[in-house]
Amino acid sequence: MNAELQALSDHIASSLGEAVTARDIAYDELTLVVRGQDIVKTVTFLRDDSQCRFVSFIDICGADYPGREKRFDVVYHFLSPQLNRRIRIKVEADETTPVPSLVGVFPAANWFEREAYDLYGILFSGHPDLRRILTDYGFEGFPLRKDFPLTGFVEVRYDEGQGRVVYEPVKLSQEFRNFDFLSPWEGTDYVLPGDEKAKA
Amino acid sequence: MGEHNIRNFSINFGPQHPAAHGVLRLVLELDGEIVERVDPHIGLLHRGTEKLIEFKTYVQANPYFDRLDYVAPMNQEHAYCMAVEKLLGISVPRRAQLIRVLYSEIGRLLSHLLNVTTQAMDVGALTPPLWGFEEREKLMIFYERASGSRMHANYFRPGGVVMDLPPELIDDIEAFCDPFLKVLDDLDELVMGNRIFKQRNVDIGVVSLDDAWKWGFSGVMVRGSGAAWDLRKAQPYECYEEMEFDIPVGRNGDNYDRQVIRMLEMRESVKIMRQCLDKLRAPDGQGPVSTLDGKVAPPSRKDMKRSMEALIHHFKLYTEGFHVPAGEVYAAVEAPKGEFGVYLVADGTNKPYRCKIRAPGFAHLQAMDFMCRGHMLADVAGILGSLDIVFGEVDR
Repeated sequence: MNAELQALSDHIASSLGEAVTARDIAYDELTLVVRGQDIVKTVTFLRDDSQCRFVSFIDICGADYPGREKRFDVVYHFLSPQLNRRIRIKVEADETTPVPSLVGVFPAANWFEREAYDLYGILFSGHPDLRRILTDYGFEGFPLRKDFPLTGFVEVRYDEGQGRVVYEPVKLSQEFRNFDFLSPWEGTDYVLPGDEKAKA
Repeated sequence: MGEHNIRNFSINFGPQHPAAHGVLRLVLELDGEIVERVDPHIGLLHRGTEKLIEFKTYVQANPYFDRLDYVAPMNQEHAYCMAVEKLLGISVPRRAQLIRVLYSEIGRLLSHLLNVTTQAMDVGALTPPLWGFEEREKLMIFYERASGSRMHANYFRPGGVVMDLPPELIDDIEAFCDPFLKVLDDLDELVMGNRIFKQRNVDIGVVSLDDAWKWGFSGVMVRGSGAAWDLRKAQPYECYEEMEFDIPVGRNGDNYDRQVIRMLEMRESVKIMRQCLDKLRAPDGQGPVSTLDGKVAPPSRKDMKRSMEALIHHFKLYTEGFHVPAGEVYAAVEAPKGEFGVYLVADGTNKPYRCKIRAPGFAHLQAMDFMCRGHMLADVAGILGSLDIVFGEVDR
């Protein structure tokens, strides 16, 4: 399995040249990191090349790593029914630079890119209709970013007097309790002062 | 005669329309009765599942998956558990695998029964859903007897399942199979052979195989268009490899083919269930139903009373939870509605760093515009029904 994946990975990397900046096989899954400007070229190649045939669109999603210079990953998943293989492509992005849209290659990318825009604020250039999709009409902010609080900023209720739904800042009767359960349960090497004498 | 003032007509379909299968708002642009454009507005059931999961430990995140496609809850848990197991590198005992397969197939029956019969309702029949729901009731009782809950089971856990099945339950499921096949025969006659059902569904919502792949379709939606693609066969997980079953494949890619496939798949599911039940009774089907790794699966109540180590494990598992080594995986199962996948990123702590839920319904629903264009208004409900949409998973 891994040898076949390695061969596939080599084939893709040699065909695409420097568009592929990193590749990795972990958990029997092939991951390629691709430069943002080359994503359309890469995916078109993966779809049309006779040794790849990744014709089935699976998923596009964002992921946020605030510590990095380019904080977002756009993660693409494709499936090749002919090879019976999956592939994962990652593109790094930030808040301002748009990633080229895949709508021209896979029409299914439309909603998935809208979702990544809605939840993370990742921009896609060439997208025909980059609107919010999952959040409320008139929602502000990008809820899946790591710096967005779990409780959000506004809450809604129906106001009897005004006869409509009103938005108000979130009021919590109890603070959100996020316990830090992290503990060195197993495998930690406790160094106690004086222990070194026992070994000497 | 002066010039007629012709304009397109926009109507809102939903969000509170019984044929919308939940909270879907479709903005339809009509030219007379012909649909020119469909703009589905989704997200009215968005609960931020993915965000919530990032704040829960791995075991606490499990119940959220029941609430996605609430018609076949355990199939969703299955994908999540498989993703966590892949990251942890643990294997599931054989009896747990058999139980998982058995209950995944029960989930498939639940989902297909609902979809096929409500499709009949969407095109004008009232009896089929009543017949279907009677069977669903029995299946939900099997859910309840295994997990304690009719819908939100939280039964599959990373490492196995939470409890063993009582032997009487295995007998009762066996006893359910034969009469159920009779009900399927009746439904076949009542729905599939019905003239009106055929008139409303044959040659409606035709999708070619190329388009089906391009639009991200999976499951019944690609099988209806002629691909013999089923993850249970193509990339077998658990013990599907040793099960004998066929994959029904359509020819025309229309609504009717998809419903026929669902009917046939139910028969195949019963076949698989029977094999599971036999294997569960066989000597090599006995044994633990959860991994024996005390760092992942909780100890039994009995052990906790006698063993200090078990007590500590129990305490740690239900407060801190287990830690998952850093990495990223994608695990997918053949859920009744298509490929349900979980892309899980772990950072080495006790909580998922990112959990993307790839719901089949999301990809299917976005093709509404492409499938409905040029059809009559009345066909919109039929096409929507044949996509098998559940808003829990579309909106997440």
